[in-house]
Amino acid sequence: MRYLPLSEADRSEMLATIGVGSIDELFVDVPAAARLPDLIDLPLQASEAAVERTMSAWAARNRAAGAGPFFLGAGAYRHHVPASVDHLIQRSEFLTSYTPYQPEIAQGTLQVLFEFQTQVSELTGLPVANASMWDGSTACAEAVMMASRVTRRRKAVLSGGLHPHYAASAYTLAHTSGVETRRLAAAVDDEAAVIAAIDSDTACVVVQTPNVFGTVTDVSDIARAAHAAGALLIVVTTEAVSFGLLRSPGDMGADIAVAEGQSIGNGLTFGGPYVGLFACRSELVRQMPGRLCGETVDAHGRRGFVLTLSTREQHIRRDKATSNICTNSGLCALAFSIHMTLLGGTGLTKLARINHARARRLREALATIPGVEALTPRFFNELAIRLPRPADAVVEALAKRDILAGVPFSRLDPDAGLEDVLLVCATETTLAEDIEVLAKALAEEIAR
Amino acid sequence: MTLQTVGRVTRAEFQPEDGAKDRVGHGLLQDEALIFEEGRFDMTGVDFDETAEDVELGDLEGLLRDAPPALPGLSEPETLRHYVRLSQRNHAIDLALYPLGSCTMKHNPRLNEKMARLPGFADLHPLQPASTVQGALAVMDALAHWLKTLTGMPAVALSPKAGAHGELCGILAIRAAHEARGDARTTILTPTSAHGTNPATAALAGYQVQEIAQTPDGRVDLADLAAKLGPHVAAIMVTNPNTCGLFERDIVEIARLTHEAGAYFYADGANFNAIVGRVRPADLGVDAMHINLHKTFSTPHGGGGPGAGPVVLSEELARFAPLPWVTHGPDGFALVERAEGEAAAALGRLCAFHGQMGMYVRALTYMLSHGADGLRQVAEDAVLNANYIKARLSGVMSAPFGEGPCMHEALFDDTWLEGTGVTTLDFAKAMIDQGFHPMTMYFPLVVRGAMLIEPTETEPRHELDRFCDALLALAAAAKAGDVDRFKGAPYEAPLSRLDETAAARKPRLRWTP
Amino acid sequence: MRFTKDHEWVELDGDTATVGITAYAAEQLGDVVFVELPAPGKKVEAGGDMAVVESVKAASDVYAPLSGEVTAANGELSDNPQTVNDGPESSGWLVKIKVADPSQMEKLMDRAAYEAFLGTL
Repeated sequence: MRYLPLSEADRSEMLATIGVGSIDELFVDVPAAARLPDLIDLPLQASEAAVERTMSAWAARNRAAGAGPFFLGAGAYRHHVPASVDHLIQRSEFLTSYTPYQPEIAQGTLQVLFEFQTQVSELTGLPVANASMWDGSTACAEAVMMASRVTRRRKAVLSGGLHPHYAASAYTLAHTSGVETRRLAAAVDDEAAVIAAIDSDTACVVVQTPNVFGTVTDVSDIARAAHAAGALLIVVTTEAVSFGLLRSPGDMGADIAVAEGQSIGNGLTFGGPYVGLFACRSELVRQMPGRLCGETVDAHGRRGFVLTLSTREQHIRRDKATSNICTNSGLCALAFSIHMTLLGGTGLTKLARINHARARRLREALATIPGVEALTPRFFNELAIRLPRPADAVVEALAKRDILAGVPFSRLDPDAGLEDVLLVCATETTLAEDIEVLAKALAEEIAR
Repeated sequence: MTLQTVGRVTRAEFQPEDGAKDRVGHGLLQDEALIFEEGRFDMTGVDFDETAEDVELGDLEGLLRDAPPALPGLSEPETLRHYVRLSQRNHAIDLALYPLGSCTMKHNPRLNEKMARLPGFADLHPLQPASTVQGALAVMDALAHWLKTLTGMPAVALSPKAGAHGELCGILAIRAAHEARGDARTTILTPTSAHGTNPATAALAGYQVQEIAQTPDGRVDLADLAAKLGPHVAAIMVTNPNTCGLFERDIVEIARLTHEAGAYFYADGANFNAIVGRVRPADLGVDAMHINLHKTFSTPHGGGGPGAGPVVLSEELARFAPLPWVTHGPDGFALVERAEGEAAAALGRLCAFHGQMGMYVRALTYMLSHGADGLRQVAEDAVLNANYIKARLSGVMSAPFGEGPCMHEALFDDTWLEGTGVTTLDFAKAMIDQGFHPMTMYFPLVVRGAMLIEPTETEPRHELDRFCDALLALAAAAKAGDVDRFKGAPYEAPLSRLDETAAARKPRLRWTP
Repeated sequence: MRFTKDHEWVELDGDTATVGITAYAAEQLGDVVFVELPAPGKKVEAGGDMAVVESVKAASDVYAPLSGEVTAANGELSDNPQTVNDGPESSGWLVKIKVADPSQMEKLMDRAAYEAFLGTL
């Protein structure tokens, strides 16, 4: 077995050193009835070449996003990731290292986290960011719990523009702790409804911008209404590239900003692993979940970095911890940080403008198809359109023509009564000819 | 007050006198500034296919930032240097033994990385029509089959993003099962030696936590468990092999008592790597158990994630599994994403999309490579290596739980350091100067000055011997009174001990101009 | 000054008790990096959670030695938590409590008894 270095001779000599006659004697504490005498009924070990054949055959049965016209967004986005990003994250010292518990020999990971926190802080416009969460949806759920701890209130108002998976994840985490999540009806733009739903029991308001329908919202008025009621504003962003163009959550009055960071540095990977971004106002830091990296000095007075404020965390605080989270999403955060370092603020803004330009082109091409209505008033790189037929059937028909046309809203929220709504997205990877192909095929499908 | 004094030494007590502060590098190891100090804020290291200047932005008025984010952009050569230089300040399993107990730092096969990067897996959107992702769903189905077969359990929820998320998933399923019977229970029992995530998860799921005492030989105290079980107890959370590296001999009795009280047995599967292929958790009476794919099935730790924490479930708990899951029908594989029909009792969603696909591909590649025979050998060699280290060090270092065999990790305490002036922390830091990463220290909390060593099965014997020789030499130095060697350690690392007290008193959590 | 077995001290002035952690506790904890104190007005029960004192690697709950209502918290500690190490039984006090029943003091140890108790640890 190519991954196991011990020889049979090693094994018997080591057993002799230990003072036992066989490996079975080391498993003596296992109850006899639970000791498996034989191999489990699964295939036996296989060569690298054989495993590669098997896995590649499975991979070949999927239509890769980049293999043709592709317009899906809704929480996961296809962007070009520079080649150096994947090269660097495969450096052994990043890929095969553990959580930086021994700071003297983990300064690489720690400095990356410090830089990552600074980048996230700058993008979200809030002074403190943590070392990342599992993904945007779990970051959002943790933010709701945090707001409940801060305000000592037990109700969260969720905008109808919040990604339905995010709303569902927040519900799962919150309701067992007695925190109610009140999700408003799915709506392209529900600013007024959100403000109307805030009351004196509200711990937090959760608003997404750009929202799941693509709508960009100035949340300043919602922030004012939330703060007047003593509630916190949580702003969710699923498309991190939008930070390059749009006002930051902090600038608009958010107390906590959470985001899916996948767009920067990380591929689609069928939904994970991704990287959650989490930032907040300074005075809330002790209620923040997740790891934090801080600056300090070593015994020689040299600058260095350590994990800090750990008393919030499960390994110390146990049942009184701010969260049960143990890991962050280290390698995905590294990929985010490297891509962001290549882009810089200037590059991110350029990238964002190109995304917006492609989405405008997409809207123009689709909105002129008879029977298609563009629903999203102000968008960044994705928007909702209404079709004259259920969107899922249209998407299936177009997939047969090798066009991945978008996400039927009913896939995310089957009970919203929006079967005819299709979410479409364009990024810098979307070519003009792809848009032409989609527009032509969509027109044909609708006319059918 | 509760006097928590664990691992209290948190700043350098020893101030070496030399010119280290003025050095800009160390041999070929360059010092590296922050990107904010070396980069330019008006530059970018990415070229774009079109200019972005002429984009119409009129309808976003009032929604736009005034200026680009104040972040530097580095060219590709600068970026490569920055990160490669930083990488040289990390220890890694590819460099040497990484004996962190409870963490399972084993070799990460590179085939797994290669497979995860096939465009047919890496470039798939989670919301593509099922007809376009049949291979991906087949991978999830195959992974589920392996996990179920290896554990003997009938069902598995794949979506939890990490071990702690898996714990939450399992406990929420248990909660749902009690609630479905109208049985409101309030309490979860965990041993004092449990991972911190266990009580944290129980609290997050709305339960009170009560601790079960430990016997002098490092196992769950059956009498104490029996006394604390009752109609208020929803579940016990027990790690097996436990965090002391020992197999719970009475595990079947623990399960029986638990079930008799109407409670469920949640197993923390963090240490499944010690028994995979030799013991099926189902045969021990487990109702739910998460599996850290990044431990047992060697997806890379990546400096702190991402991991993955699928949870195997008993027949009784299976119907409460979170959405989504994979089914197979006449049209091939499909995803169940709606809480209706067969999925009506599902506990909801734990996260967006379907979980850590990139980790599924790596873990399945690992399983196919090893096979049933290789996985059994994994457990045997992991246990053999740990017992070999225990045997070689026991003459000098003290083991708290006596003579019997350990499983995949060897636990020592600090009794043997008494009177030397050297603490567990000092000893661990001095290991760095010998070229080794320290073992897990001060965990489990039930053992004073704990040192928990997990070598894993991918260490060759000569590396184990080098490691043991180094520790024995250090131990001799400690006993000989060479205290300076320990108090100032590490001397040879890129940095000496860091002032964690200053970091916590006045947190500086981002760069500021 | 009176003491508890949980290493809190109390000094009574009229019906107002000043409460802190003992020099022994501060020494055992090592460098204090953060202190979480209750807001004035909070009612506390003898033996119940009152404050949290954190070192880098540990968080210790401080129990109220007496029942009553918190009237003041030591604001100095939020900026300079090391005050707890510098003067645990003086400038590093944690809270002042308006005590419901001053006779509760009689159940606590005097210094000699506390020191004898420390000798048994």
